[in-house]
Amino acid sequence: MSVLRLTPAVYNQIRAHGQQTYPHECCGALLGNSTPDGWQVHSAVPAGNTRTDSAHNRYHIAPVELVKIERDARRQGLSIAGFYHSHPDHPAQWSVTDLAEAHWLGCCYVITAVAQGKATLTNSFLLAGATEEDKNFETQTVLVGEQSIAPAGN
Amino acid sequence: MTIFIPTPLRPFAGNHDAVEVNAANIAEALAALTQAHPDLQKHLFTGEGKLRAFVNLYLNDEDVRYLPEKDATAVNPNDTLSIIPSIAGGC
Repeated sequence: MSVLRLTPAVYNQIRAHGQQTYPHECCGALLGNSTPDGWQVHSAVPAGNTRTDSAHNRYHIAPVELVKIERDARRQGLSIAGFYHSHPDHPAQWSVTDLAEAHWLGCCYVITAVAQGKATLTNSFLLAGATEEDKNFETQTVLVGEQSIAPAGN
Repeated sequence: MTIFIPTPLRPFAGNHDAVEVNAANIAEALAALTQAHPDLQKHLFTGEGKLRAFVNLYLNDEDVRYLPEKDATAVNPNDTLSIIPSIAGGC
C-alpha cells in the first residue's frame, strides 16, 4: 500500500476547508515531492469549485487555475502531488464520478467526509494504472506527522 | 518553446517536468514532443489522433481551444505550453 504523508498543518487545513464550504464540496491541490513509497505533501492550495450548478455533490477546478498552481509549485521545487475535495454528508470514499473524472495517474486524491458541517474521516486514494483505460483507485496509508490516520471506514 | 509536463505524464517524458521544442505553432510543438517522447502519444491523443477530451492545453495563460487559430496558433521561443489534465469529481 502506498503512503501519503501530510504535515499536521496541511491535514487540518484541508479538513477546515471542507467545513468552511459545507454544504458544498471544497477542492484544492496538494503540492509536494514523490517518495519511494508515495508522496510527501508540503502544502495545500485551495481552489475554486466551478460547479456552482451542483456544488453539493460535484467539484471541478478550472484548468487555468491549475496552470498558475503548477507555476507556483515549480518555483518552490514542488510538484502537484494530487488533489483534495470533500464529500458533504457522504462517505470519505471515492465515487463512480470521482473515478470517471480522475486523470492524474500516479497522484493522490484525498477525500474528507463532512457530516453536518463537521469534518470526520479523511482518506486518500492513489490513481493507479498505466493508462486512462486501466485506471483504478488504490487506498493509501495516510500519515499525519508520525501518526497513521487512514485508511479508515465510513 | 517550453512545454510543461504535468505530474502524471512525466514518467513518459523521461521524468522531465519541462521539455524544450522548436516549433512554429502549437500543433508542431506537440508533434515534436511526441516524437521526442513517443510514449506520450497515447496519453495525449486518441487513436484517431485527436487530443483527448480531458487534456487541456494552455498557451501561456490562454486556453488553446478558444484561440482563433486553435492549434495552428503561431508560437514564439519565449512562449510556454502547459498540459493540464482535467480535475473534477464528486460524491
